[in-house]
Parts: sequence; C-alpha cells; structure tokens
Amino acid sequence: MLVDDLVMKYGEKVAVDGLSLSVERHQITAVLGPNGAGKTTTLETCEGYRKPQRGSVRVLGLDPTAQRRELLPRIGVMLQSGGAWSGVRAVEMLQHMASLHAQPLPVPMLVERLGLADCGRTPYRRLSGGQQQRLALAMAVVGRPELVFVDEPTAGMDPAARRTTWELLQELRGDGVTIVLTTHYMDEAERLADHIHVIDRGRLIASGSPFELTRAAGSTTIKLVVTKPFPPGAPASLQSELGDLTEVHPVNEHSLLITGPADATTLAKVSGWCDRNDVLPESLNLGQRTLEDVFLQITGRELTV
Amino acid sequence: MSAPVSSGTFAPAPGAAPLPRQVLAQARMETRLLLRNGEQLLLAIVIPLIVLVGGILAADHIHLNTTGSAVDTLTPGVLALAVMSTSFTSLAIATGFERRYGVLKRLGASPLPRSGLLAGKVGALLFVEVLQAIVICVVAIFLAWAPALTPAAVVGALLTAVLGTAAFASLGLLVAGALRAEATLAAANLIYLLLMAGGAVVLPTETYGAFGHVLSYLPSGALGGGLRQSLLGQGFPGWHLLVLAGWTALGALLTSRTFKWE
Repeated sequence: MLVDDLVMKYGEKVAVDGLSLSVERHQITAVLGPNGAGKTTTLETCEGYRKPQRGSVRVLGLDPTAQRRELLPRIGVMLQSGGAWSGVRAVEMLQHMASLHAQPLPVPMLVERLGLADCGRTPYRRLSGGQQQRLALAMAVVGRPELVFVDEPTAGMDPAARRTTWELLQELRGDGVTIVLTTHYMDEAERLADHIHVIDRGRLIASGSPFELTRAAGSTTIKLVVTKPFPPGAPASLQSELGDLTEVHPVNEHSLLITGPADATTLAKVSGWCDRNDVLPESLNLGQRTLEDVFLQITGRELTV
Repeated sequence: MSAPVSSGTFAPAPGAAPLPRQVLAQARMETRLLLRNGEQLLLAIVIPLIVLVGGILAADHIHLNTTGSAVDTLTPGVLALAVMSTSFTSLAIATGFERRYGVLKRLGASPLPRSGLLAGKVGALLFVEVLQAIVICVVAIFLAWAPALTPAAVVGALLTAVLGTAAFASLGLLVAGALRAEATLAAANLIYLLLMAGGAVVLPTETYGAFGHVLSYLPSGALGGGLRQSLLGQGFPGWHLLVLAGWTALGALLTSRTFKWE
C-alpha cells in the first residue's frame, strides 16, 4: 500500500497535508497521532470512500476509487463507530457480512474468539461500546481479507477486551494478513506494530519500527516534575547547563523532558541546577524514550490530548 | 509479492459471493428487519385493515359517489395504501436510519455493490407487499369483495403495483438521502398521512369534486386510480401507468443527484 503526497481538505480546513507513507505486506502498521491528525481521513481515502484531492493512493496495487469493486472483496474495514442496523442481532449481522463473501470464516469460531457468544442475540443498539467494537472487528475479518483497516480498534475498551483484540490482530498477521491500524494510544502502537507512522496535522512527522523510533541514537529520557511552576526561562537555562548532548523540552509549567544520555553526570547537573534555581523536584524519572516523548520532541505538544 | 504460504485460521482467501447470492442475503436481511419493527407493521398491515373495515362500515352513512359496492371500491385503494406505506414510508425511514448508523457506509466497503443493495431493498419491499396483499385480500374476500379477474385486470393491477412501488421507492429514497434520520421519520409519516387523507389513494378522485382531476396526477392518485380501474374491470390503466412512470423517472433522477450515503 502506498500513499503519495495526499492532500485532503474539508472546505478551508486541511485534514491531510501532503502525506506520503507506505505499508509493507504481512505486517502490522500503525498510524499514530492525536485526534484530528488526519488518520481517519487517510484511512477512508485508502478504503475508497474519498477521492484524493491531490496525490495518489494505491492499495494492493489498485486505485481505491477507480478500481473499488475489484479492491473491496480483498480488504476488511472496521469503522470507528456504527456500521450495523440498530435492531440487528450481533451474530445475525456477522452472518450477513459472511454471506456477502465467497469463503468466509466460520461465524461461530469468530463469535467465540471475540467473546461475543454472550451477546449473540442482543440487538446492536443494546451492545456495550466494547462489544460493538469487537463485532465491527469480526465484521472486518470475516471475509478472509488480505488487508484489514482498523480505525481506533480499542478506543474505550476495557483491558481484557483490549488484550483479546490485540491477540487476534497478532494472529491475523501471523497468518499472513496485512493490518493497518490507526490509534492515538502509543502503548497500542508500541506493542502491536511492526512499523509506525507518526502523523500530526495531516503530515508525517516520524516513521520507523517502535525500536527505531524510541531507541534512536541510544538516547534515554529524564522526566523532571517539580512542586511549583518553573521560573521563567527555565528550559533555556537548564539546556545551557547540560550542553549540546542533551535536549530539553518543556512539557508544561511543572514538568520538563530531557533527552540524551541519562548518565550520572547529566543527573548531577540536573540536581545541581535545581538546587541553584530553588526548584524542588517532585519526581525525577529515568527511562527509555517512549513514543509519547518522540511526539513531544517533534511537535512540542503532548500526544494524548 | 511472495505471500508466505499460511495454513492458519485467518489465512487470506478473499472473494465476493456471487452477486445473486449477495442480493438474496441483503433482501432476506432487510425483510427480517422490516418485519421486526412494530411501528412499521402497524403502518403496513393494521392501518390499511382499519381503513378497509372502517370505510365499509362508514360507507352506509356517508354516501360515496361510486359505481361499485363499497368493498369493491375501497379494497383496491387499501391495497394502494399498503404499497405506499411500505415502498415510501417504511423504506424512507429504514434508509434514513441506515445512513445515520453508518450501515450504508459499512456496506459500501463490503463486496455488495450499490446496485445489489438497491436490488436487495426492492426484493424486501416486494416480499412485504405480497404479505400485505395476501392479508388484505383475504379480509376483503370475507367482506364479499368481488374483483374483476380478467387477464387485463390482473396484468393492469400488477403493473400498477410494481410501477407504484418504483415511484414511491424513488421518492422515499429522495427524502431519506437528503434529510436527517429524524426529519425523514417525520416527513415520511406526515406525507403518508396527507396522501392517505387527501391524495386519492383510498377514495376515487371523483369523491374529491373539482379538485379530483389534479389528484390523478399525484403518484398516490395514479396508484389508487390504476388499481381501482383494473380491479373494478374498467379497462387497462394506461394513463395511470404513464403518470407513475413519470414520477419514477423524476424521483430516480433527483435521488441519484442528491442522495448522500453518509
């Protein structure tokens, strides 16, 4: 799958702004970004719902709008919400989707795998949010697609349902299905994805495997949280204290993120700086860089809004 | 592009079911959902039956200016009312909510093409209409209905019902594709009630006085008129069929230009 220089606008508002990315077969690729970053618009363009206003999109080598009828039987789509009649029973809906495909998966197996057996006869409108999402995932995979698009698959799910969903997605990949998922949960992307595209405001800002993104240049992070707001100019003053090997990113008025080698020297400098500036640390966390940090570092904003 | 050979549970084996099978599945699904909905059954069966029985009882009191007996005049109109309730009101409401709940969107990403979706809907409509017609005809026969059953009458009636379905379905989709679901619900019911009372569906146009001529140009007047003309043995309803064909063309054209799938 290839997206090349895609631009999508809603009126004056630019949703996708010159986005280019690619997806490898038989992998899980996550499109990670905050709400409103253009993830869903990109996905829906790949699914053929929208025609690219500029640039081009190829999915399984096909043009999703011009060759839609050829493409649709080969892909599975999980929408962010809805997609079923309000009065339809969960299993009935899944059975219906199965009947539109040539060689669908056995419905009872999917029902059991996704824990939908208890609510199989429940009308869609009375399913919980998590049950509706699991049904939507089942509907996306029942036709044995080559490529599955899942839009925020676990938003609002309880931890057990999330685990079930993750396991299913991993098993799909293991069986040769290509998966493209959007998420604003960095732990989801970090844990599931083989490849991550981080997007913000319709642009690709970083791309790579979770390892490449978080362990880039062996850097680690120090997160400094203080009891009262930093004095004015604190990030700059700390930056000059620490030198060029590290980077200081303000998170909010009570916390700072420092990336670079988190060695004893750096720590000593940080605590020395706190002492001289009359700043009382509440916590000082050392860790590997997370995707959250990557996002913050590139955009200057936090991922979870 | 060397796909690893996988024998796993989820190993890809994509493909669309043959189109006739998809259409049949869609028609069965939509039929089940239509019949499951209590309000729609009320609209489809109960109201036409009340109109039939009530109309016959009332016919003794209000002197209807008609040629045949009350049951012979009213039954074709009640059949027309049943066609209208399903092909217009039920279809519009169901489709309006399908848009709202993303069903059309989701099916748009399934192997079922839009033409197949439409064919499925038509199949469901025709099936429900046949059920309605059976119930209404049985009740009418008990009330001494004696329709004309010449080949011309039967063919005329069936053609009228089919073209009436097409005309009202295209208008129902026009409403559903343009308005919000709640507005569709309100509009579809309101239009149904207005046409039932003043659209020359149940009662012949003659009973509306000088205004009656205008009503015969409405799809409701043409549907009711065509069924009456056929089943009262008054000849082939060519004019009514022409009017219905005109409404079908207009409705289809406008719907194809305005229908929003999401």
